[in-house]
Amino acid sequence: MRAPLQGFLRWLDARLPLTRMIRQHLTHYYVPKNLNFWYVFGVLALVVLANQLVTGLWLTMSYTPTAEGAFASIEYIMRDVEYGWLIRYMHSTGASALFLVVYLHMFRSLLYGSYRAPRELVWIFGMALYLVLMAEAFMGYLLPWGQLSYWGAQVITSLFSAIPVIGADLAQWVRGDYLVSGVTLNRFFALHVIGLPIVIVALVMLHLVALHEVGSNNPDGIEIRSHTDEKGRPLDGIPFHPYYTVKDLVGVAIFLFVFAAVIFYFPEGGGHLLERPNFEPANPLVMPEHIAPVWYFTPFYAILRAITFGFLGLEAKFLGLVFMATAIALMFVLPWLDRSPVKSMRYKGWLSRLFLALFCLSFLALGVLGALPPTPLRTLAAQGCTVLYFAYFLLMPFYTRLERPKPVPNRVTIR
Amino acid sequence: MTEPREGEGGANHSRRRFLIAATSIMGVVGAAGVATPFVAAWRPSARTRAAAAPVRVDISRLEPGQRLTVEWRGLPVWIISRTPEMLARTEAGEVSRLADPTSQRSRQPDYAAGELRSIRPEIGVLVGLCTHLGCSPLYRPEPEAAVTADWPGGFFCPCHGSYFDLAGRVYRNVPAPTNLDVPPYRFDGDDLIVGEDAEVA
Repeated sequence: MRAPLQGFLRWLDARLPLTRMIRQHLTHYYVPKNLNFWYVFGVLALVVLANQLVTGLWLTMSYTPTAEGAFASIEYIMRDVEYGWLIRYMHSTGASALFLVVYLHMFRSLLYGSYRAPRELVWIFGMALYLVLMAEAFMGYLLPWGQLSYWGAQVITSLFSAIPVIGADLAQWVRGDYLVSGVTLNRFFALHVIGLPIVIVALVMLHLVALHEVGSNNPDGIEIRSHTDEKGRPLDGIPFHPYYTVKDLVGVAIFLFVFAAVIFYFPEGGGHLLERPNFEPANPLVMPEHIAPVWYFTPFYAILRAITFGFLGLEAKFLGLVFMATAIALMFVLPWLDRSPVKSMRYKGWLSRLFLALFCLSFLALGVLGALPPTPLRTLAAQGCTVLYFAYFLLMPFYTRLERPKPVPNRVTIR
Repeated sequence: MTEPREGEGGANHSRRRFLIAATSIMGVVGAAGVATPFVAAWRPSARTRAAAAPVRVDISRLEPGQRLTVEWRGLPVWIISRTPEMLARTEAGEVSRLADPTSQRSRQPDYAAGELRSIRPEIGVLVGLCTHLGCSPLYRPEPEAAVTADWPGGFFCPCHGSYFDLAGRVYRNVPAPTNLDVPPYRFDGDDLIVGEDAEVA
């Protein structure tokens, strides 16, 4: 029985680098043996992305991308399509789940210095992914054509009009109409289901290929490839398959347990995963009382709103956009801001720990503030958090050099 | 004419460089040409532009103090019947609290550039979208402390907290940079036509 299969494999390998790829990326890809809980979120992001691609494809089959038909087609999916409710909830919950695991994945990088040389490109591909995912989620959010879909898109496309000189024309060009309309819906649909997913899949491949070229970081921030046996295998490394595939499966199982619980029991997430005004069809003449983006955008929305003053002759409206864009752009240059001689927070000094803690707290606080209606006190709080957010990045070249790091061990440690 | 011989094998490098540069430039021109239809296809289509025709509204039954919202180019346009009290409150409002009291930086037709930003004082016509990020502000015509201190009545945008008076003029220190836009409009008997300019007398 085995001989014909072996023969077929040999035939394939002569025509396709199949075995070589499996060895390079799975069975002979050496991963540090000391990876902990924080290293499961990359795999989880892949799992949720697969969920989004499959459920999204199925939703496309019953969805109508027109201003007249969109809202009704969502109701049709929810009520008349067999298991349509499940597929839609998998997709809507998946969007939030994807951002959740991506945020935890990014936090892991900040914690253990995974963005540092030689992994700058891994980080940049990851950040590009994050940016495209935000665009993907934003465009997907318009498709149900509910009140928040409509007014959210109205606010975000108006951001373009804040750009001096070309702004108004640019906003009109993006919308294809004088205001968000069925034309906008149709093009967002096209970008959401085909344009951006292709970019996302390509970036995921680049992210992984770049990672496997330099090897995974670990909680100690030590390069395992500098200690190898006579065959060149890292002494502190173990093959990704079967060791980490099996370990990650446990993480996937726990994740799916929680994911399924949300889908079945809390699909609306208390109005945070599916927002209440969105159960009302889009009405361009009446705005809901309170507009807030979905939770994964609220930190940046809070930064945008925190800028209530003009500066250097720039209007507050444009300056808000600049601050929001800079808040994301700064993450791209993170590898060059960190001047610490060590990578991992385990060996960095207390200043780095303090700034990371303040950064995370301000990010969470901005997330809460961005979801609430503005009051003078909340605006003041958001301004304070914005300062802390930017301090983490802009002061990093100084505090990482000021502090005294702890000595780094030669080989990885297991805790 | 001498045959230029520069590299080995008789390759003419300067000619080669020239050809590469010329081909690259032509390639870029071609790429820009191909990109044109794709970029232009995102602009408002002929049907969209045709749908942006002027709108005729009968305002004879508009009650004092009432606001009517009509759709023009997909934009919500407010027609507000301003009572004498509302006008008095607006004109008595402190100019120092307004960011652009004389509408120098705001968008309105010349015939609506006055303090009340309208052709007839009692009829205000405004585009109901905040000049900050395009939310639709709420109509709060009566003085009430809930909006802000000494509120003379006007519009309040709940998205980012911008205030406007009943002439659509923006307050200082709010995110919205300019007054609410005034669309082109004219009167025709009992009707108001949004989207057509009044003839300048």
